[in-house]
Amino acid sequence: RVTRKRSVDKAGQFFGSGHTNNWAVTCTSQFWFNYRHVANTLSVYRSVKRLGIPDSHIVLMLADDMACNHRNPKPATVFSHKNMELNVYGDDVEVDYRGYEVTVENFLRVLTGRLPPSTPRSKRLLSDDRSNILIYLTGHGGNGFLKFQDSEEISNVELADAFEQMWQKRRYNELLFIIDTCQGASMYERFYSPNLMALASSQVGEDSLSHQPDLAIGVHLMDRYTFYLLEFLEDIHPASTTNMNDLFKVCPKSQCVSTPGHRTDLFLRDPGSVLITDFFGSVRKVEITMETINLTSPVEQVEDKPVDGDLQRETHSYVDQLPVSEIIHQKPKQKDWHPPDGFILGLWTLILLVFFKTYGVKHLKHIF
Amino acid sequence: MAALQRRQGQHAALAIAAVVIIVGVPLWWRTTETYRAWLPVTQINELAKLQLQLSVDVEVVFARGTLTPEQQKKVPLTQTQDEEHMVDEDTALRYRYETRYRTATIMEEDALNQPTAAEADLSLHTLSESPCGSVVVYVIPEASSLLPEVVEVYIGQRRTAMLRIGAQMRVGRTLKQLLAHLEPRIQQVLQVMSFSHSDITAALSDRVRPSPGNKESLADSMRAFKSSPGYEITFSLLNPDPKSHRLHWDIESAVQNYIQPLLTKLAPVANFSIDSQILYYAMLGVNPRYDSSLSAYTLSADSLAHVINPVEARLGSNAASSNPVLNFLLYVPDAHHSPLYIHDHKKQKVHSNAFHSPRWGGIMVYNVNDFYGPDPVFPMDINISMAKVMGVFLAQLRLLLGVQSSATPPGFVVASCGSAGLADWELDRLMWSRTVENVATATTTITSLAQLLDQIGNIVINDNIAQQVSSTVTSLQLAVAELEAGNLGFALQYSKEAILASERAFFDPSLLHLLYFPDDQKFAIYIPLFLPMCVPILLSLLKMLSEARQRRKEKQAKRD
Repeated sequence: RVTRKRSVDKAGQFFGSGHTNNWAVTCTSQFWFNYRHVANTLSVYRSVKRLGIPDSHIVLMLADDMACNHRNPKPATVFSHKNMELNVYGDDVEVDYRGYEVTVENFLRVLTGRLPPSTPRSKRLLSDDRSNILIYLTGHGGNGFLKFQDSEEISNVELADAFEQMWQKRRYNELLFIIDTCQGASMYERFYSPNLMALASSQVGEDSLSHQPDLAIGVHLMDRYTFYLLEFLEDIHPASTTNMNDLFKVCPKSQCVSTPGHRTDLFLRDPGSVLITDFFGSVRKVEITMETINLTSPVEQVEDKPVDGDLQRETHSYVDQLPVSEIIHQKPKQKDWHPPDGFILGLWTLILLVFFKTYGVKHLKHIF
Repeated sequence: MAALQRRQGQHAALAIAAVVIIVGVPLWWRTTETYRAWLPVTQINELAKLQLQLSVDVEVVFARGTLTPEQQKKVPLTQTQDEEHMVDEDTALRYRYETRYRTATIMEEDALNQPTAAEADLSLHTLSESPCGSVVVYVIPEASSLLPEVVEVYIGQRRTAMLRIGAQMRVGRTLKQLLAHLEPRIQQVLQVMSFSHSDITAALSDRVRPSPGNKESLADSMRAFKSSPGYEITFSLLNPDPKSHRLHWDIESAVQNYIQPLLTKLAPVANFSIDSQILYYAMLGVNPRYDSSLSAYTLSADSLAHVINPVEARLGSNAASSNPVLNFLLYVPDAHHSPLYIHDHKKQKVHSNAFHSPRWGGIMVYNVNDFYGPDPVFPMDINISMAKVMGVFLAQLRLLLGVQSSATPPGFVVASCGSAGLADWELDRLMWSRTVENVATATTTITSLAQLLDQIGNIVINDNIAQQVSSTVTSLQLAVAELEAGNLGFALQYSKEAILASERAFFDPSLLHLLYFPDDQKFAIYIPLFLPMCVPILLSLLKMLSEARQRRKEKQAKRD
């Protein structure tokens, strides 16, 4: 019968994957020489935004000290391709945790939801049991740990426990974990919660290598695995049907030097049936609204509160907060004379002593 | 002299060792132990095995002409029926239907004499108000003209239903046979008006992973928002073309008149906060195609999924609360792309011109090209007809909140939901599934929290967490008891308290498991502190022991 078929069709749309919304959490390290980690994260952030996940559903944790670093020859930019082809920083990056807020503690708090009540919405992971979450971590790592901000570590046991707590509270439907560090595969060894899929850029004992240095900026711009991952993602658009098996083939040993690994034994669905856009994009399920309600009662006007003329038109006056004219016409400040630095003094004393030691004190009168 | 000194030395060493062992070790133990307040673990473990009993009060009223005089003698009569289900090894359900059979009073007979079923329903309601969670079924004779020919059951706006008795059932049967015959029909009515087994198992999805069998219930469970203490509703008017259209919508009165009654009725279930906004130059993310046969632009069903994302980035939300947000967007197409129609999968025009996304909200396209006169002058002032818009949004709101019930069985007629937008029995349905969902979620939360705290010995359990846990346990026990007694309103209230307390306890910021101390790290910390102190003590004790042994040997040698 007609109604039966329609409901089956409707359910057929849902049945592809059981999720209704998507989230992404990305994380990286600080310091200028870790430029490539920031470029990695920002490139993944851009791809995910391009494929549809809105900023309200992305938790981006960045040290955010690259773009305006003193050593950046092109301020306010972070490039991901040499010859400065692609500026991944742009002007609509929404960083949720920056600088000193990027700590292991905050990362685990975001994952498990144990944030203080004053935390705003944009800093929370408000996922439910029908959310697919993508987690991308990059930085320096070792066997069983990942370095956060080059000063703290998160171990694979802590990460596995955090995921288990997320599962207990049904904070995800499916979770894709991508890690691009040295010995990355060790980070997913300890997972034990269901519906987790993990990808790593290198196996235990191998190092993940960086891709290409840029001579003008002076540092490496991207890591190899993420570079080829992004090339792969460039071909994905919101309606594409590429599945996870293709993602596993990204960056073979010939290109990456390290051997990427993946883990799917905890995942309930077959990876071949999982679309890339299930995690990287945000394709919403949609149903046509078939029924409406017939509203016939007339609309009663809401009584407006009496409008006082004075209340409405308050005159606003502003204090002159920036006396620009004064600043422009200021005389330059007198630079006080300071005696020379201790170091310079010490250096000169040393030179003098050596001189007199060698040539004798009698030459002193030649100096003074 | 030397002996005295040695004696003093030995005493000193012994005294120091005594102080270290008797005073030092307990002091170190107490100062380094983590504070863990007491938790009612046994009660939590009891709750882990959930045994829910849902009691429904059913009243079956026989109108005149349905019972023979001898059958009538046996009435009033009360029966109790139990239905047991074992969902999994930890969860057991029992549905208890307490059915009271009686004959109709004179006033009820008068009410049933009304010309139509809707009027009868209204006058029956004025007579008495059934409590929350109960169902009243009026059995009317075969020949009654209240219901049309093919209709056997009429479900009213409150908590009453009218059931037409079949002709062959009445003559020459005992009351028992009659009741046994009515039984399956009444069961059907109850499944529609109270709850069905699939509804309850769907509500238990937190505890029990839903079996992939029933696709329709999967779609239903994915569509509705999960139970939450509050929701935020945002109405947005999208005007991509302010140069052509100056839109006016009286959202305040529309919300007050149409949406607020529904939300007031849903007040026992959740709190709602409403806001509205107008967005200018907000385009849909998809280019509509021009269909010359209709001379209009169309959006196909497949492209609808990509419409939401570009707009969502601009919608914004209330930063202060973490409640789920329901977005309702009203899109007025720009003058160049008017009129815009939505097509379903069969390329048919959709009557409501609207679509919704599970757990997100709904979008309606409102065409204004009809308002253009013969000579339109842009920008045009346009007043949006809020009744039509709110009719669609209200329907979508009901779907998203989980109010819509499954398809009704054949021969059933359901009354329209009335001015509040929600029938009483629909509210009851929602309350049953919300209560069960809250109880299930709170029990899983509290049991997993107890497990977590048990496994990780290093986490500090503050007093406030212990208090929240205790209050969760109390509220859960009360909720289960009220469900057994059949008091749905109280059960929902206690289940809401239980959920709030359990969430507060589970998500307390102090419970962060960062305290992963492997044993070798513990040794690395304590050895530099204690080893230098213990070495002289141990050595002196050993020295004393060896001296004592030597003296004993000398004494023995002297004796020999």
